[in-house]
Amino acid sequence: MKTINRDSLIQTVRNMVIQAATILNPLVIQKLKDAEKQETSSLAKNVLKSICDNAAIAKNDNIPMCQDTGVAVFFLHIGNELFFPYSLYEAIQEGTRQGYLDGYLRKSVVAHPLERINTKDNTPAIIHTELAMGDTLDICFAAKGAGSENMSRLTMLTPADGEKGVKDFVLETIRLAGGKPCPPIIVGIGIGGNFEKCAYLAKTALMRPLDDEAANPIDRRLENELLEAINALGIGPMAFGGKTTCLQVKVNSYPCHIASLPVAVNIQCHAARETHVILKGEDL
Amino acid sequence: MRHLQTPIDEATRLALRVGEEVMLSGIIYTARDQAHKRLVESLNKQEPLPFQFAGQVVYYTGPTPAKLGHPIGSCGPTSSYRIDPYSIILMNAGLKIMIGKGNRSEEFRRSLIQTKSVYLVAVGGIGALLSKTVKTAKLIAYPDLQSEAVVELEVENFPVIVATDSVGNDLFDRSN
Repeated sequence: MKTINRDSLIQTVRNMVIQAATILNPLVIQKLKDAEKQETSSLAKNVLKSICDNAAIAKNDNIPMCQDTGVAVFFLHIGNELFFPYSLYEAIQEGTRQGYLDGYLRKSVVAHPLERINTKDNTPAIIHTELAMGDTLDICFAAKGAGSENMSRLTMLTPADGEKGVKDFVLETIRLAGGKPCPPIIVGIGIGGNFEKCAYLAKTALMRPLDDEAANPIDRRLENELLEAINALGIGPMAFGGKTTCLQVKVNSYPCHIASLPVAVNIQCHAARETHVILKGEDL
Repeated sequence: MRHLQTPIDEATRLALRVGEEVMLSGIIYTARDQAHKRLVESLNKQEPLPFQFAGQVVYYTGPTPAKLGHPIGSCGPTSSYRIDPYSIILMNAGLKIMIGKGNRSEEFRRSLIQTKSVYLVAVGGIGALLSKTVKTAKLIAYPDLQSEAVVELEVENFPVIVATDSVGNDLFDRSN
């Protein structure tokens, strides 16, 4: 049996939250720079350049790249050799609270969706857990803003709708979103499972490394074909028109019922704020 | 590149054309969903407003907290479509220039044309860069709304693009 010290876990989570808000993934920056070279309109070029300039300012000055520092979302893979003599959930919430307060991040969470009273520390975070083999705690954090999250959609297609139905729904979602989710975007797609599994697939697709490819050959082909189809829409950076609407498409699939074809599209803005840490268990 | 000083008179506003890039300097007022709700409630009750609308500019933003020595934190635009129902009422009450991001409803555009208003956009997700254009920030209403409170910002060369001009030409029509 191994464990992870509560205080160091809280400190890790706090730092992950602040780092995600202020330092943009270099892979995203590289894609934005490549896209700037591809664009021909000055408006599109200027938007892409501004985004890269903004990333540099945020990093140098240690201030959030975007004012919407999001809802905190965690994906934990918990090694089966780990034992926690405290509430893991409570520790993640405490790290979140400290990160949003100490990092001067915006508190964007209201306690009840209709009453809408701010919780003032951006808790509660949304925490997903999965079990894994081994003695490590794998923590993925995403600061998910509302601009892109609000444009995400899920539908229950029929098997007859097939691949065309999936593609049509994805493209319709991107068209409806227009400039609202701050393109260029990253698109996470879940296909299969059931209602809630499909949404989870789409979200976890966004958590994959930007430069990887889906393991399944059908999903991999869809990633490439949909990226091309989305960029052919001409929406462009901030919907000012252009070639760069989407930086990457990620597709995750899962087996489903003989009668079902669930599809979920989760949109991520260009400020793709994610951090990933693996903590190794220590002897109890 | 056109440079404009706020408040903006009618002739200048009507001369703005879709797609034009503009640098704004002077006072602008922050307000997003909840502040708009209260502005509309004040209008309905004929109560005094936190600022006079004539010639003024409203910016849809909810900044991050300011660090010591800075007037403001990250302060990029939020999506405008959520504010459409309130904007229609405020345009009729004399607020004619708004800054946000993204396309808006047909109802909004119709009211914009009727009131000869102008919708400007800032680039979304560049709040750190935009914070450098803010010289001072003064909270003037609804402090309980925290990041959604109304703040009077003094800006210098705040970059915007004309998204919908006063006759209804729309930047987003070209791409969507």
